Amino acid sequence: MAEEEFTDINGNSISLDCQTRSAFCREFTVTSPKLSLRKVMVYTCFVWLFAYAVFFFTEVDHETLLIIGSLGVQLSSSCASGRESTIFIEMNKLKDIVINEAVYMHGIIYYLCILIKDPADPETVTSVVPLFQSSKPRLNCLVQVYRSCQEILAQSR
Amino acid sequence: MVLKIFFPQCCNTADSGLLVGHWIPGHNSAVVLAVIHYPFIPGQVKKYLSELQSQTQVDLTVLGSWSMPKEGKEGMDSFLKDLSTIFPQKCWLQLSREIGKRGFICQVVQNNGKLLQDREQKNGDESSEGDKIILIHYDQRKVMLSQLHPVQDVSQKSDIEPSELRLVFQTVAQSQPLFFLDKYDDGPLKLTHWQSEGREASIIAELLKQASVPVCIFLTWLLSLWHWFCSFRILHLHPVLFISSKLSTCVQSGYRAVHFKTVFSPKKAATHMEFMRKANIFVSFLLDIALGLLLISWLYRENRISKLADTLVPVADRVAKELQELLEWLMGAPAGLKMNRALDQVLGRFFLYHIHLWSSYIHLMSPFIERILWYVGLSACLGLTFALSVLSDIVALLTFHIYCFYVYGARLYCLKIYGLSSLWRLFRGKKWNVLRQRVDSCSYDLDQLFIGTLLFTILLFLLPTTALYYLVFTLLRLVVVLFQGVIHLSVDFINSFHLFAIGLRICRPYRLAEGVKFKVLCQEPGTPLHLMMEINPLKCSSVLQCYRTPTYSCYPKDSWAALCKKLFVGELIYPWKQKTDKTD
Repeated sequence: MAEEEFTDINGNSISLDCQTRSAFCREFTVTSPKLSLRKVMVYTCFVWLFAYAVFFFTEVDHETLLIIGSLGVQLSSSCASGRESTIFIEMNKLKDIVINEAVYMHGIIYYLCILIKDPADPETVTSVVPLFQSSKPRLNCLVQVYRSCQEILAQSR
Repeated sequence: MVLKIFFPQCCNTADSGLLVGHWIPGHNSAVVLAVIHYPFIPGQVKKYLSELQSQTQVDLTVLGSWSMPKEGKEGMDSFLKDLSTIFPQKCWLQLSREIGKRGFICQVVQNNGKLLQDREQKNGDESSEGDKIILIHYDQRKVMLSQLHPVQDVSQKSDIEPSELRLVFQTVAQSQPLFFLDKYDDGPLKLTHWQSEGREASIIAELLKQASVPVCIFLTWLLSLWHWFCSFRILHLHPVLFISSKLSTCVQSGYRAVHFKTVFSPKKAATHMEFMRKANIFVSFLLDIALGLLLISWLYRENRISKLADTLVPVADRVAKELQELLEWLMGAPAGLKMNRALDQVLGRFFLYHIHLWSSYIHLMSPFIERILWYVGLSACLGLTFALSVLSDIVALLTFHIYCFYVYGARLYCLKIYGLSSLWRLFRGKKWNVLRQRVDSCSYDLDQLFIGTLLFTILLFLLPTTALYYLVFTLLRLVVVLFQGVIHLSVDFINSFHLFAIGLRICRPYRLAEGVKFKVLCQEPGTPLHLMMEINPLKCSSVLQCYRTPTYSCYPKDSWAALCKKLFVGELIYPWKQKTDKTD
């Protein structure tokens, strides 16, 4: 039968449906939807899009190591959004490229790192720059990179 | 060893000629600065180079030859080989391009006749023959204008050997006179470099440069007048000195005078840091004036000054009324505590009389308030920092009675606490030994003990009343101090914010360089490795850290613990200390 606009005590809209079954029998149905599928889907989409945007702008996609004999080493990391950050280390500051072992959380990992020295004091290592920090490759990948780099470093010494 | 040649991008399409540049000592690399075209007379080239060497302090030499074949022209190769005898070098570079290829061909002839050529090895393992050559392309204008950080002075003698890249940047920057000859000059030599299309200049910049010297001299003279005025004996009397050190307007004006002395000195800035400092101060001063003028235009429109003056006296009255109600509340039974009636009445009446004096003073001043405000508002044209300092001083003057109450309450409380602690020691039979700075036991006479205990009891029972007054007025004083602190912080921020450095980083990022970036260009067989060198600009956070103008920032003198202790004991607190010197 007829449907009018009603609200409950909190102001949410409900609907009243009156049906006359017979002369002495009537049925009233009050519908108060608590959950709207459309709303849930919209919220879920928003959350996913937000998470995706966060990852898009912050997570590192590619990491590059460019080694140029007798000039230096360039490390660059780029995100999916195209943002890049680059560091160039000159050859006179570079002592060596080595693979280090480290205790990380509950395991032991290998990582490739560059040993930096002060040109005035060639024997001391002033700092260590780890490479491929976001991708964290395993030893077989690191060994390949290490061998190539050592070939080039050997030439320029 | 690898030979590195830094080649400017502007010479990629230059006609054939001689390469002029500088060999970097100790690093087996060469920087090409310009190309001298045919026809030329070798004697004139040598004369020009030696002239420039004395001007630029850079060891300029002919590095080699550059050959760019054009349609219809040929036969340069043999001519080029003969040139190496005219300009004797340790190493003679022969760079050439071929039509249709993007890469350069590079041959290096050492003076013992041995030819070093970069060519692909048939058997990949052997690399004993053919030392490698790397060609690094760079943007001459950007490299010339940029400054590598961390900044090292050229004139400063340092133990650190400058690195290769730093030497390259220094060479290009110092060779500025080389780039003054452009293609419209009628000299005997024709050069190609980044400015060969014509010198870069704008009329406005040139006019400003010409006008700046007399303006600087005039302003320096004005400043010296101001200093002479400030050095009058009468202004150095102790009370005047004391007041002027407390008023933030005087502090701010003194600070600005120092700034002006730095900016308007007619001497040109010698180093990069000096230049940045001057530019930062100048731009922040301009920003200050602009904000001040904005404030003035807002304030003087629609008669806001008179509205402000009209609300000022009622506000002061309201504050006085609130204080009166507060005191009457304290004189009753504040928060349910029972006060000592006599002391309460004395203190309350004393403070009430002060407030009465104060509001009558305000009423006396009220006809003149609008005029005073009008003139004071004009001071904002000297800068927003001035207006804020004046506001801070006005607030300090208007809440002077709160300051007085605080001082009275604190002194009373302090005396009481000292008396109590000393009498407490007497109560226990001890005494403070001033000589030894410790508490010693002491035997007192009976009458001493009797009177001491009496006084102790009296002071103890009067303590809550005094403590309550002290607490209330300290809180009020802290509110005022907080407000003044906020104003000082914003003044400080405007003073020290280096807009110029940030603007430079955003608009011309290549001028502040953190390092360089290399990109590998085309790789064709038979050509050496080509790299493109770009400037990696400084990160914004490093800009902020590097170029902070030292200021007289006010910071808390005491730590929180010391402050609480002082409050508890009743010592007068001056929470903000201003640095008088300019070091960070």
